[in-house]
Amino acid sequence: MTVTTIADPVGAGQVRGRGGGGPAPTRTVVAYGFWIFLLSDIIMFSGLFAAYAVLSGNTAGGPTGRELFNLHNVFIETACLLFSSYTCGLGALSAERRQPGQFYIFAVFTFLLGAAFLFVEISEFAGMVSKGAGPSRSAFLSAFFTLVGMHGAHVTSGLLWFVYMIAQVAAKGLRPHVLRRLLCFSLFWHALDIIWVGVLTLVYLMGSYT
Amino acid sequence: MDGDQRSLDDRTPGVEQQESTASYLSYTAGLMLAVLLTIMSFVVSQTNLLWPPGIPVGLVVLAFAQIGVHLVFFLHMGSGPDNTNNILALAFGLLIVFLVITGSCWIIANLNANMPMPPQH
Repeated sequence: MTVTTIADPVGAGQVRGRGGGGPAPTRTVVAYGFWIFLLSDIIMFSGLFAAYAVLSGNTAGGPTGRELFNLHNVFIETACLLFSSYTCGLGALSAERRQPGQFYIFAVFTFLLGAAFLFVEISEFAGMVSKGAGPSRSAFLSAFFTLVGMHGAHVTSGLLWFVYMIAQVAAKGLRPHVLRRLLCFSLFWHALDIIWVGVLTLVYLMGSYT
Repeated sequence: MDGDQRSLDDRTPGVEQQESTASYLSYTAGLMLAVLLTIMSFVVSQTNLLWPPGIPVGLVVLAFAQIGVHLVFFLHMGSGPDNTNNILALAFGLLIVFLVITGSCWIIANLNANMPMPPQH
């Protein structure tokens, strides 16, 4: 008879999503912790966004964004990142469903689209530096290279992490702890796309509207 | 019983709770909306479709809509009661982001307007 008293210790039937029903599974705890990290990363980006918003007019007689930005490249970058986020989501989904074949196909697309984004961005940076519009030219360009470069650095580290994750899937299979890491990676990749929406709007579109 | 137990758990960020064939559909719907909003942003910034002084406001509105689409369709941040922790964390993050960005812009614009330029020599 005493066993029945611990069947429903906190009246979990009424309490949902606030710890009701006992400790959350490891997967939820890990992803929640990573979600907090991502929010703190977004707060760090907000500092860079604020710096860019403040400094974007201070060109010190140098080139302005309107002269430097090539919106065709920016459109290609946006499309690459968006489709990469999409295939990453589908890849995570097929990993959840224990379909490694589909996972590898989506993983290859995710990696290639991310690498294409990075290639276009690096060639854009190299073109700007060769035109004498490097980060030391003006406060506007310092803020530009810091903000966009920080996003690019995140994409670079994301790609490295993803190669490592694909290797883990290949070596260990789709075990629960590998799935948890994949979930964290896909959260990271989606968050980078959200930050890119801010970069696209504040830096490129507002910097060059007619 | 097992199904009941699942529904009492906290939601995991980035995971849809009811796994079904609808998940692929959710990602695809999100992609379509995001593509549409991206193209609208580019069109608005490159044409005079919008009243020109209102273009920045239009771009900001489109960006917020796009971020909302990403959160709902890619990160699965719904409004369900089991999603409370994730939404609260997001709300706090957005508060800090808002304070940092508007606070910086406000203070620096004020300094910019009130500080005399040093004499040129």
